[in-house]
Amino acid sequence: MTLARPTHRVEPEAATDPFGVPIRPDVRLLASWYVDRRPDDLAAHLRRHGPLPHLAPEELIARVDAAGLRGRGGAGFPTAAKIRAVVRGRGRRGRRRPVVVANGCEGEPASHKDAALLHCAPHLVLDGIALAARATGAGTAYLCVHAGSPAAQALREQAAARRDVVSVRVEEVPARYVASEASALVQYLSGGPALPTSAPHRASERGVGGAPTLVDNVETLAHLALLARHGADWFRVLGTSALPGTLLVTTGGALRRPGVVEVPAGTPVRAVLDLAGGPVEPVQAVLCGGYGGTWASLDVLDVPLAPGPLEAVGATLGVPSLLALPVRACGLTQTAHLLRYLAGESAGQCGPCTFGLPALAEDVTALACSGPEAPAAHARLLRRLELVAGRGACAHPDGAVRLLRSALRVFDRDLRRHLAGRPCPAAAEAPVLPLPRPGRPILPSSRVSR
Amino acid sequence: MTHRSVGQRVRLDPIACTGHGLCADLVPELVTLDEWGYPRLQHGRTSGPVDADTLPLVREAVTACPTLALRMEPAPLE
Repeated sequence: MTLARPTHRVEPEAATDPFGVPIRPDVRLLASWYVDRRPDDLAAHLRRHGPLPHLAPEELIARVDAAGLRGRGGAGFPTAAKIRAVVRGRGRRGRRRPVVVANGCEGEPASHKDAALLHCAPHLVLDGIALAARATGAGTAYLCVHAGSPAAQALREQAAARRDVVSVRVEEVPARYVASEASALVQYLSGGPALPTSAPHRASERGVGGAPTLVDNVETLAHLALLARHGADWFRVLGTSALPGTLLVTTGGALRRPGVVEVPAGTPVRAVLDLAGGPVEPVQAVLCGGYGGTWASLDVLDVPLAPGPLEAVGATLGVPSLLALPVRACGLTQTAHLLRYLAGESAGQCGPCTFGLPALAEDVTALACSGPEAPAAHARLLRRLELVAGRGACAHPDGAVRLLRSALRVFDRDLRRHLAGRPCPAAAEAPVLPLPRPGRPILPSSRVSR
Repeated sequence: MTHRSVGQRVRLDPIACTGHGLCADLVPELVTLDEWGYPRLQHGRTSGPVDADTLPLVREAVTACPTLALRMEPAPLE
């Protein structure tokens, strides 16, 4: 049975549970949704939040800096430094006006938080784009979503209702894993294919059409909209000192109410899963940070959701998502499914990724099948993990390597059973985590040791 | 052996590279090929320092690369 997809559904119940009050005071981006259960149009948005403050670019950047806002697209880079780099790039490139790109593509199938945000609070994102354009002096702004995104039309209408310093073009980018990578977006918006590039220069120097370009995740921009209004001290009231503010987290897998929740950074993993209704059946591990992220044992339940503490237990935050793996599934088999998906999503541009990812997928599939080839496949896998890491133009192969390494560690007991050729009743099981294309059993069940 | 720095490093463009492998023939001490025929610089990275001893050969490899995937560039200041 495939588990419920993590959806961009934002559960109303999530606003009440363990924090007791009807609207949790630590919800920011989704607060309006919890109150009214529908997206604000521009008038409602302005009534609720007030107009954007008129801040000089330097003032705004200083505020972002003091707030310690970090990018919410996975890399967690300080946003103020990124804006400053574009301002510097503008000086260098003379007359070319900067470009702002709001990245809401969300290529990672485990994440739906950007879709949720764009649906629930579109004007916070549009506010953030306007502020970023003001801070950088941009003349053009794009809001990128996946092709076929149900939000695209509504976003166009909401964007058209505004009178900002820049008009925002909503672009639908091909729905592929690697298309939401920043260099892929820049290439696509410059008229090329939506594939990562290996250009040595940064987008802040030479991005869309050669102009200095700020590429920010849509959630980052929404936080910008609120901290510009309320200030750095307000922003830092929630979250940790290293990662201030709240996080949108996608929850899924064996949970009662999978969906998107907003929590302060540093909230224990268990509390986040509780907001999603808790486990619906016994759980053995949690996939943290998506399909290019890491498996974590249940030790992770008491770990604060923040990069430092997660890394200390071998997990990653990445684009925050928590998928609960039920006990009945085989971690190695499920990892094999994810690896086959990741291999299929390679852009096919770099040799080590084009050939390495399918090879890794094959090795972990052989391991999952516990056949006589398993020990040889295991040895090959360990060698190839070293071979593939760090050799692509983008981080796609690194994500696959990270996922596999974590699987070998977290599912160590299963691994030993599989290497010993012991039967694994769950080895032939279809994917329990959602994949964009329906997954098939990795092998006909006749080939699985019984 | 001390490596005399020449202020240059070599960078491999993994997208441009199609695995002809001439670089590994020319500078085996710097480049090895993986099982799929794609070059790995020392330590498996996509860029690395060049010392005075290998500089002439690296230059030759940069010129020989049919897809211009290998480039010399100034090393970042340390």
